[in-house]
Amino acid sequence: MKATTADQVANVWEGGTTKPLGASYGKMMMWFFILSDALTFAGFLSAYGLTRFKFIDIWPIADEVFTHFPFIHGTYPMYYVALMTFILIFSSVTMVLAVDAGHQMKRNKVITYMFLTIIGGLIFVGSQAWEWKNFIKGEYGAVQLKDGKIIQFVDKEGKQIALEAFATPDNQLVEHTRNNGLWFSEGKTTYEYTTEGIVEAFKHNPSVGIRLEKINPETKQKIVIQDKAEALKFLEQSSRVVRGANLEVNEYGSSQFADFFFFITGFHGFHVCSGIAINIIIFVNVLLGTYEKRGHYEMVEKVGLYWHFVDLVWVFVFTFFYLV
Amino acid sequence: MAQHESNTTLIWKVFGFLSLVTIVEVILGIIKPHGLHYTNFLGTSLLNWIFIILTLVKAAGIMWYFMHLNHERKNFLNSIVLPLIILIPYLITLLLIEGGYLHDTLAPLVNWKY
Repeated sequence: MKATTADQVANVWEGGTTKPLGASYGKMMMWFFILSDALTFAGFLSAYGLTRFKFIDIWPIADEVFTHFPFIHGTYPMYYVALMTFILIFSSVTMVLAVDAGHQMKRNKVITYMFLTIIGGLIFVGSQAWEWKNFIKGEYGAVQLKDGKIIQFVDKEGKQIALEAFATPDNQLVEHTRNNGLWFSEGKTTYEYTTEGIVEAFKHNPSVGIRLEKINPETKQKIVIQDKAEALKFLEQSSRVVRGANLEVNEYGSSQFADFFFFITGFHGFHVCSGIAINIIIFVNVLLGTYEKRGHYEMVEKVGLYWHFVDLVWVFVFTFFYLV
Repeated sequence: MAQHESNTTLIWKVFGFLSLVTIVEVILGIIKPHGLHYTNFLGTSLLNWIFIILTLVKAAGIMWYFMHLNHERKNFLNSIVLPLIILIPYLITLLLIEGGYLHDTLAPLVNWKY
């Protein structure tokens, strides 16, 4: 049966009265947006895979990089990201409960569940910011050689130790910031340690060894050199002290590792932020009773799709950055 | 919007399942069972294959139950799922082969002896 012109004009924002695949216009477009966004993330993660395969013998081991847990000292690999994963899955559950309540036109339930979803999203973004902070700040510090290799320091048992554990801060240079120098320019980051000082301390401290980026394929651990003479051959090539991570260099190993970490988790975090913003808009609309007047809660379902997609991407990021 | 009955119990069941899968992943990731971690299969360890399969199971669970693909018409479902399962494995295969080649070509050129 053909719809009248008046019907079509009234429904034009919803894509007219025809429903090609049994789904409304808005929902269908949300799905195709998600499809294209999924392909974008697939592209990023595949590029990450390519780089990782390229540097498979020197790639940092995630367990040794992400070891922090709030309010507890010590190394706890994985627990924190596992918690973040739970928070996001849980906020996905509250979202789907909101959609479910929307189907039954239970406005108060939609309000409660949407609110919980927004809170979950905010906690997740906060957690990610904290994770970034730890990653950027770094924990142990390392030395970079002239050819770009990163050398970390270990104790007798092969456990990684910080620069403070054996070297003394001897750098006289003060970092040039806008406050203490020319107001219109900033200088390079300077560290409390100098490579000369570290090498000197290394020579005089018998219990310190070095660890290379290179992974021993048999043990799947980084190669440790305890022999002083051999280690010094590496350290003689030192060019600078590295602490924490930025887009150019990081203390964990390959600079590409930090680049991909910042880019992919950053892009995902950006999606979470926009998801929260959209959720808040819809939440306000639910509060105002917009969908009650409209007679259906399909908008909640559409933002729900986006929110689940964000969770879906995180499932993959979690696997490929932290587990595999 | 034909479904007006509540699916709450199903949602909680799916949540339980997804949580269980995540817990299994985390436990495996922390203890790294020796037999799985050091056994190679098709280019990576068995443990990694388990992670990848569990991840795909989780993703399917989210799409099927949370994103309500189980309520959509079959041709709509196919228009979304087919591009993903054709294009993504294709891209991954090509890029990983290329990455392996880059490694085989470039890694021997890196000097580890000073």
